[in-house]
Amino acid sequence: MRVLFAVFSYELRRFSTYRVATAAGVFTNSVFGVINAMVLLAVFDAKPEINGYVAEDAVLQVFVAQAMIGPVAIFGPPLDLADRIRTGEIAVDLLRPVHPLLWWLAHDLGRAAFSLAFRSAPTFTVGLLVFALPPPAAPEQWAGFAAAILLATLVGFGLRYLYAISGFWLMDTRGVHATAWLLGTFASGMVLPLVLFPDAMAQVLRLLPFAALVQVPAEILMDKATLPGGTIAGGLAYQAAWAAALIAIGTLLTARATRKVVVQGG
Amino acid sequence: MPDLPAAAAHPAPADPIVDVRGLGRSFTVSEGPFLRRTRRTVHAVADVGFTVPRGAIVGYLGPNGAGKSTTMKMLTGILSPSSGTVRVAGLEPARQRTRLAARIGVVFGQRTTLWWDLPLRDSLALTRHLYHVPATDHARRLAELTELLELGPFLRTPVRQLSLGQRMRGDLTAALLHDPELLVLDEPTIGLDVVSKSTIREFLLKLNAERGTTILLTTHDLGDVERLCRRVMVIDHGRLAFDGDIAALRDSAPAPRTLVVDLAAPTAPITVAGARCVAVEGPRQWLELDANPAAVIAAVAAEHEVADLTLREPDIEEVVADLYRRPAGERGRITA
Ligand SMILES: Nc1ncnc2c1ncn2[C@@H]1O[C@H](COP(=O)(O)OP(=O)(O)OP(=O)(O)O)[C@@H](O)[C@H]1O
Ligand SMILES: [Mg+2]
Repeated sequence: MRVLFAVFSYELRRFSTYRVATAAGVFTNSVFGVINAMVLLAVFDAKPEINGYVAEDAVLQVFVAQAMIGPVAIFGPPLDLADRIRTGEIAVDLLRPVHPLLWWLAHDLGRAAFSLAFRSAPTFTVGLLVFALPPPAAPEQWAGFAAAILLATLVGFGLRYLYAISGFWLMDTRGVHATAWLLGTFASGMVLPLVLFPDAMAQVLRLLPFAALVQVPAEILMDKATLPGGTIAGGLAYQAAWAAALIAIGTLLTARATRKVVVQGG
Repeated sequence: MPDLPAAAAHPAPADPIVDVRGLGRSFTVSEGPFLRRTRRTVHAVADVGFTVPRGAIVGYLGPNGAGKSTTMKMLTGILSPSSGTVRVAGLEPARQRTRLAARIGVVFGQRTTLWWDLPLRDSLALTRHLYHVPATDHARRLAELTELLELGPFLRTPVRQLSLGQRMRGDLTAALLHDPELLVLDEPTIGLDVVSKSTIREFLLKLNAERGTTILLTTHDLGDVERLCRRVMVIDHGRLAFDGDIAALRDSAPAPRTLVVDLAAPTAPITVAGARCVAVEGPRQWLELDANPAAVIAAVAAEHEVADLTLREPDIEEVVADLYRRPAGERGRITA
């Protein structure tokens, strides 16, 4: 497993060479967060409490969402794997004595770790300062949130891995990715907290894996009763179940793909 | 020494490192506009069989689309055969890909295993963990390869800033740091200049001579073949058209030998029996031979004042080109 740790740290270092992109990311996430928060404040002006959320909760969730964009990569980038399948570069990946899913997981965790430290943390801090939000006090909320970020990252990876390996069958995954980004944006609670959706719709969205990316981590930080099972532990269990399921499906499909795989190009 | 039965005194040669029998791979390709799409089966490799003994350097040649890369992919386990069997280092590549990976080194000249954005040495360091090479062995081999392939000046350069030749040397190093028994190279000198090509060729010869590494390579560069391979296989339309040593390949070719004649003074094109003048340049004439050279040389010397004579064997390049050009039916399979 030393190799996976090495891959993780190389990716961490690789992303640290993209300084301008990182600064731009913090800037856009912060600006978009402020706009999004102001829109939601207007909504809560009309109605002070919606399904257990008050204005501060909604704003806090907006900045949780902006902070999560990097680690879970809701809007991409797709895993490099997608492109490598399309171009046939996957051939050299398959020559390595490491399971492709673990290889790409180590990659993605390296990227996510960098993103968390240099994109998420600054963006989240900007949000707390601009809106003078009192950060949650209870240590179990913070501990739960930390675990939730890790699990959300695993779910984000699990989803993006599936999008990427669909390329073994589809040859062009742009459609899959575009649909997924759109679905992920709304179904994760990224732009609008799921509590603002009509009840029936919210119920359905809370069953999908996307809710594990933003909605559930935000509710864990705020220790909301709307969490699965009504507790932080319930929220974490829901995320863990999706992470495990997605990774299991990914492993299964990888085995099928590599058995029948057609590596493109000479 | 006690008496031994003859068989034990001369043990049978070790198993071949590559053993391919009746190997075939077809692809289904869809063509045409969306609604009138038709399906067609391409037989990229059809019924190929050969073995490679340990320690050999074998060239695998063929025109574009002949099935060379497809064969290499099946040998390395990244593509499963449609028919036939493959054994490499005693393993079945498609099913034991991961185990095989530790025993072989592979370079696809058009692709890289190196980390695009990181210094070359980081990618090389990774192979130690990838193949569980003890740190001291890794350091020793890296130092050796760095010297032989002259990697020193760019070990710290990000791979994206390397020239093609530098990158190729980096990829070769990455493929060799775990000291594989077999090195599979798919066009290792593609796009390289003369100097880089020769660095790589000399390196491969040395690797083969000193470590006994078996090398199987595809190439369009017949300079590679002439310098490196005693044996070549030629594949065309997915079938072996030739398997034997280079001399036999030359003999098999009807490509004519050429006699270059330097005369004392320019004259009209020479006419002698058994030869045809194909070019004249001042006092120098080129005669294509279709008979015994000795008779032609004697006849030329009898009629003209000759300053110098050279007999040119057909270039391996011409021989191979000729082999590709022959209609498939007529060609059959030539085995030497
Ligand atoms: N993934 C694929 N899908 C469909 N056809 C393929 C695929 N890969 C190869 N082929 C076909 O198989 C044949 C052999 O291809 P291959 O790449 O093995 O040729 P090659 O000998 O390596 O040629 P080159 O010298 O151009 O590299 C070609 O006709 C090619 O079109
Ligand atoms: Mg090829």
